Amino acid sequence: MSQQLLNEITKEYLKTDVPRFRPGDNVKVYTRIKEGERERIQIFEGLVISRRGSGVSEMFTVRKISYGVGVERTFPIHSPFIEKIDVVRRGKVRRAKLFYIRHLSAKAARIKELR
Amino acid sequence: MTKGILGRKIGMTSIFDDDGFLIPVTVVQVIPNIVLQKKTEKNDGYDAVQLGVEDLRPVLANKPKTGHAAKAETAPKRFVKEIRSPEMMNYEVGQEVKVDIFSTGEFVDVTGTSKGKGFTGPIKRHNQHRGPMTHGSGYHRGPGSMGSIDAAKVFKGKKLAGHKGSETVTIQNLQVAKVDVEKNVILIKGNVPGAKKSFVVIREAVKKAAK
Repeated sequence: MSQQLLNEITKEYLKTDVPRFRPGDNVKVYTRIKEGERERIQIFEGLVISRRGSGVSEMFTVRKISYGVGVERTFPIHSPFIEKIDVVRRGKVRRAKLFYIRHLSAKAARIKELR
Repeated sequence: MTKGILGRKIGMTSIFDDDGFLIPVTVVQVIPNIVLQKKTEKNDGYDAVQLGVEDLRPVLANKPKTGHAAKAETAPKRFVKEIRSPEMMNYEVGQEVKVDIFSTGEFVDVTGTSKGKGFTGPIKRHNQHRGPMTHGSGYHRGPGSMGSIDAAKVFKGKKLAGHKGSETVTIQNLQVAKVDVEKNVILIKGNVPGAKKSFVVIREAVKKAAK
């Protein structure tokens, strides 16, 4: 009963147009960035290495290599800061959390594409 | 003094605020608050409204309670509290107090009964530190010295093991994240004392006013 009420309250914050993606996929995250009054969209593209939680608080982490430095960003899936998410490539992985990728470089960090 | 309302803690979740940030909120359901009695300066020495929520099970409703509630033309209530507030004196006996007396952004103090922890040691109860577990210590989780040997007694207030929790706790200056009149629900940013399903009193903050 009470859980039902909690779900009802958070329902309006949930997005309905979130594409299906899972760890191992490469995604483009279109993030809204506010600079003073102006708002622009920045794309963060990389590998999804984790997805955790459920409902409004569901989060996902995207990792990319930027100028030779590994960068990870964690977003709430339903965040209003996210304009949209595009799945670029689906990867074939055997686990839900790809943290092992952090220790690997270049060639070893490749992930096979799912066909 | 302050306006107030009674409610029931439902649980915690998160919502996105106006700036787009995910904030943790406690959901408090405001079941219909009925004014059972009005205390006046003239009669009782102070101004207050007595609010009651949730009907008592018929078995538990004794004659005094039934009679008291009958004056407000309702069933006897489970949780009855007085809100000392001259501002709320315009409510009549039997009238319902609604959630919309609070609005988003306001600061509130929330009072509830904390979760009972049973008989606990001084480490958990008073945040004391423990002794070394090894190196022949022999003193692990004890309460420490009982004080001066000269006094030949242990002074009152010495922090010892005992019952923790199940006490009235007020958390001050919590912000109202959202008020949902349709669902009769107040969302309060942060946590609120007590277990789920427990009753809480929400009062306007004593120390902090809304911006």
